Amino acid sequence: MHESPMADRGGRWFLWALLDTAMAVHLLNGLPGAQSAMHLSNYTMNLIGKYMTYAMLAIAVDLIWGYCGILSLGHGAFFALGGYAMGMYLMRQIGTRGVYGDPVLPDFMIFLNWKELPWFWHGFESFPYALLMILLVPAALALVFGFLAVRARVSGVYFSIITQALTYALMLAFFRNDMGFGGNNGFTDFKDILGFNLQAPGTRIVLFLVTSLGLGATYLLCRYVVSSRAGRVIEAIRDAESRARFLGYRVESYKLWVFVLSAVIAGLAGALYVAQIGIINPSEFSPTNSIEIVIWVAIGGRGTLYGAVVGAFLVNFAKTYFTGALPSVWLYALGGLFIGVTLFLPHGVVGVIRRVGPNKGESTKIMGSA
Amino acid sequence: MSAVNAAHSPLLSIEDVTVSFDGFRALNALTLQVEAGELRCIIGPNGAGKTTMMDVITGKTRPDRGAARFAESTNLLQLSEPEIAQAGIGRKFQKPTVFENQSVIANLELAMSGAKTFWKWLHARTTPQQLERIHAVLATIGLADLRKQRAGALSHGQKQWLEIGMLLIQDPQLLLVDEPVAGMTPQEIERTAELLVSLAGKHTLIVVEHDMEFVRSIAKKVTVLHEGSVLAQGDMNSIQSDLKVKQVYLGE
Repeated sequence: MHESPMADRGGRWFLWALLDTAMAVHLLNGLPGAQSAMHLSNYTMNLIGKYMTYAMLAIAVDLIWGYCGILSLGHGAFFALGGYAMGMYLMRQIGTRGVYGDPVLPDFMIFLNWKELPWFWHGFESFPYALLMILLVPAALALVFGFLAVRARVSGVYFSIITQALTYALMLAFFRNDMGFGGNNGFTDFKDILGFNLQAPGTRIVLFLVTSLGLGATYLLCRYVVSSRAGRVIEAIRDAESRARFLGYRVESYKLWVFVLSAVIAGLAGALYVAQIGIINPSEFSPTNSIEIVIWVAIGGRGTLYGAVVGAFLVNFAKTYFTGALPSVWLYALGGLFIGVTLFLPHGVVGVIRRVGPNKGESTKIMGSA
Repeated sequence: MSAVNAAHSPLLSIEDVTVSFDGFRALNALTLQVEAGELRCIIGPNGAGKTTMMDVITGKTRPDRGAARFAESTNLLQLSEPEIAQAGIGRKFQKPTVFENQSVIANLELAMSGAKTFWKWLHARTTPQQLERIHAVLATIGLADLRKQRAGALSHGQKQWLEIGMLLIQDPQLLLVDEPVAGMTPQEIERTAELLVSLAGKHTLIVVEHDMEFVRSIAKKVTVLHEGSVLAQGDMNSIQSDLKVKQVYLGE
């Protein structure tokens, strides 16, 4: 009765599409001659890479919201923390190539007249350590925050509100220069990663492929979780929490672990984002960012995992287009899209595809309620 | 009142239990014994204390005084709700609550007992023995053909049976069933009667029900509660000819 992670049709489609995209982008980008029609620009590859990190973030939110019924409006915080951890590593790699040429201190610290590295910056010169922090910092925050929330039985809309407060508080904190994270400028001007020049085409392709792998692995991991027996308990908690508790499940601990796992994925997505985009600043903690993630998932269709990916890509393509072509319209378009989907497409875009798709019988079986 | 069989101790023994809410005595020195393997029906007018009695047995309500013992040695009044469930007392609530978005078989799987932590369940697989048990329960509750159906798509009666199945899979010694046939069609009522009768013997059942026709069809022994204590007890015929019962029910 344990479904294989590959068992669902939508998931297989998604994984094939991901593999094809990764291969096509990488090959087309590698074509010689920037003037060739087939050539894919670095800009486009970078854009798709960015969307892929958003898609990972959307999967993380779908796991906690779509499957466990906990509406987190603070996942942007975990994404940003992962991004900051990656940023700290990249800052330490700059070394003497900074404007002030200090071998240890990043430029902004010199600017603040700091004489030595704050304690929490130690270790970030090592990539394995930074990787550990990328995973551990979001996990630790989710664990402590989640534990306190769960212990106080904060749930529903109250939980959503305090997650907004969490990300807002972090934004204010990271804006402060004396926090030691570069204030409102954050980190940028990175030079290289693991000794490879971040601007070199080869490095960018590898980063893109690593991100594709990250997205695929995230999908498979989450698919494994939701199709495990624990996954069914998670859905049971979403649908009838007190009944699940009555059956002997420790509902709080289930919620907490899902929240932590989801935060770790968000952190990893943030790290991959920063490596490709080359900048991280406190605006990533902005409460509206976290709300946007939820909109991606709702538009794509929650409770399916690949729906989250579809939503992240669709909305962000639209965002890229609108903010270029009609910048004043974008927020209205996003708001309208969200309301429209909520009213008319309770199962999101993938819900529609399933309904008109060839296997109608199966769709009702897999589809959870929105 | 029928004499308690003195040869062996009853499975469930409630002695002199009193529960008051703001001065109202929901249970008034209630004394009741149920033998192992019995199918006991509890009837009584509204406010007679039927639900409060269930609450005391399952640990939801603590009595002001009295004793409640299960399987000779277990003092129910010292255990928490989950501990009582673990000790082998399952309760079927009036309103069916199954996991609507999951299949019938997944519902039964969720209800299985065992260590239920997130990390264990993440890679737990259903063993052949467990699967066998699930199929046995599916056969008992008559939902074998619908096992892959989404529970939300079941009829009201089928949901009730599924929920009984979710209790059965934990193999409880004592099953408390609260108004199982409310809202059921006549066919469903008949099927439920068969199910409950078939469970008696292997399990002990206490059924609270208003539907007299239904009680008549399943009960060997009926207890009538009134104002928090036992008014009458015996087989259905003796109950229906009991003068006190007639007064309470018909106001004669």
